[in-house]
Amino acid sequence: MSKLVSVQREARIPERDADKSPILECIGLGIDFGGLTAVDDFNLTIGRTEIAGLIGPNGAGKTTVFNLLTKVYQPTRGTVLLGGIDTHGMNTVQVNQAGIARTFQNIRLFSSLTVEENVKIGLHNQLPYSMWSGILRAPSYWKQEKKAHEKAMELLSIFDMQDLADHRAGSLPYGAQRRLEIVRALATKPGILLLDEPAAGMNPSETAELMDNIRKIRDMFHIAIMLIEHDMSLVMGICEGICVLNYGKIIAKGTPEEIQSNPTVIEAYLGKKKEA
Amino acid sequence: MKINLRNKRTRTDFLTYAGVIIAFVVMTILQKEGAISRSLSGQLVPICAYVTMAISLNLTVGILGELSLGHAGFMSVGAFSGIIAAMSLQSAIPSDGVRLAVAMVLGAFFAAIAGFLVGTPVLRLRGDYLAIVTLAFGEIIKELVNCLLVGYDENGLHMMFNLNGQKTVADLGLTENGIEIIKGAQGATSTTTISTFTAGFILVMVTLIVVLNLIRSRSGRAIMALRDNRIAAESVGINITKYKLMAFVTSAALAGASGALYGLNMASLQATKFNFNTSILVLVFVVLGGLGNIWGSIIAATLLTVLPEMLRSFAEFRMLVYAIVLILVMLATNNPTFKLFFERIRTRFFKKPAKEVRGK
Repeated sequence: MSKLVSVQREARIPERDADKSPILECIGLGIDFGGLTAVDDFNLTIGRTEIAGLIGPNGAGKTTVFNLLTKVYQPTRGTVLLGGIDTHGMNTVQVNQAGIARTFQNIRLFSSLTVEENVKIGLHNQLPYSMWSGILRAPSYWKQEKKAHEKAMELLSIFDMQDLADHRAGSLPYGAQRRLEIVRALATKPGILLLDEPAAGMNPSETAELMDNIRKIRDMFHIAIMLIEHDMSLVMGICEGICVLNYGKIIAKGTPEEIQSNPTVIEAYLGKKKEA
Repeated sequence: MKINLRNKRTRTDFLTYAGVIIAFVVMTILQKEGAISRSLSGQLVPICAYVTMAISLNLTVGILGELSLGHAGFMSVGAFSGIIAAMSLQSAIPSDGVRLAVAMVLGAFFAAIAGFLVGTPVLRLRGDYLAIVTLAFGEIIKELVNCLLVGYDENGLHMMFNLNGQKTVADLGLTENGIEIIKGAQGATSTTTISTFTAGFILVMVTLIVVLNLIRSRSGRAIMALRDNRIAAESVGINITKYKLMAFVTSAALAGASGALYGLNMASLQATKFNFNTSILVLVFVVLGGLGNIWGSIIAATLLTVLPEMLRSFAEFRMLVYAIVLILVMLATNNPTFKLFFERIRTRFFKKPAKEVRGK
């Protein structure tokens, strides 16, 4: 039945970003694991300050797309343009420096380190003092560590987490760990932030708070945010553009309203209506 | 109740430095007064060498989270290059202290090169390859030094590998004034011993400064980050190979300096001294002291170096008792009842309740 709905290939980004080049462009992105095609013909354009959603049933390949964008997997085919720059041949570290930061579905914090240290590790590439300045405690060490401390506290204050700065990251409650992961990703000064199920395990009030915070981050840092989420109230509430993935292929793209009334999407989620 | 971990760390570092300084002062005074036995007095330099070994291995195993089974190999490289340097510079640098310092720096330098050569290919891999390769490295170094012939005369340094088992020091063609430094399997047999307890103390302090300041800096955070979660560390832009190599080479260099100190404390030293058993011994110090716990390494290295001497009265059962003590200590430190007991003592002394995280 998918023939009925033509997949929109043209770039549809919010009007306020229309005069700027998009932050992220995927053209024909795909990856095969052996004989299995996990993601195929993935085309997507995201504007500079857009909040985009990536949804789909379990196993559709959403996290694989994130892993392709951050080069955890090297794509088998296709191109990813990050702010107009081709990321072909880059590794995870290089694409991060080029402007992609992410969080993980299963939280990956540096759990034996403190909250503040976690954020400072995100600031790593903005502190250019050398190993020797660190060992010898040169003036540049003190100066930049002070700067790092202030910057870390400022970032933590977005989520009102300054008081937790000296706690071990692994000992934080679940919600705080998720927030810390976002702060750590923001510390790397990304142009686009990828959030992998940021609301997983949160209650409705926490989810509502998270929605406000995602908007706040976008407005404060002027960055694009792309998120994978199963909580439809969150996705429909904050995303300007939504992309639906099923069996590794995009089955629909559009605004929340368009997606909600798209028969292919409804079929993918709820199954096909029995024809009498 | 808010606990400032950062302050706690500074306090721990401070106490570690203070503890080492106090131990040094006390031992020096006791030694002057003649209050310590000859056997213990002779152990002071090896204790410093093993403490340095333990701290440096802790950097690899505890802080970086990679297993190294050939740390004695780096000690060996440092020891023999240090001996060669000290012996050939005898006339150029008359001062023992300066010569020892130069020997330790050179020992550290050559061990660092060895660490770089071993680490560069291996640390790119994921998994336990480092353990296997360092194990092999330790054996290779042992065999290489076993057939190394080195002598020094006016014409400079003479070096030769006795690969067919036929060559002796005589083949080096030394002049009459020449000195034979390393004689193959016999090792270095006529080294002028210039290591002192003070030099050992300085080496321990330098090691502490290097390791503790490294851990508290940007580089150290990167090293611990990739230990805790490699994928996350990469995702925030940390170059994994660079920081793995940084920790490993630093660790090797410190082991080299420690080797030079150790080697120049012995009139006679063979390559077989730095075998697999020595690597494991140092690993035991680290594990017993606690992974990533620097002062734990210091205490474990000190006690376990002295322990065999103290157990001398058990005669042939000495190593058996040593093993039993080790097992008991490991069991005790992991026993929940014991842990609770120590926690209570700590609470009483420092008046700080156990860590409690205020949920949000």
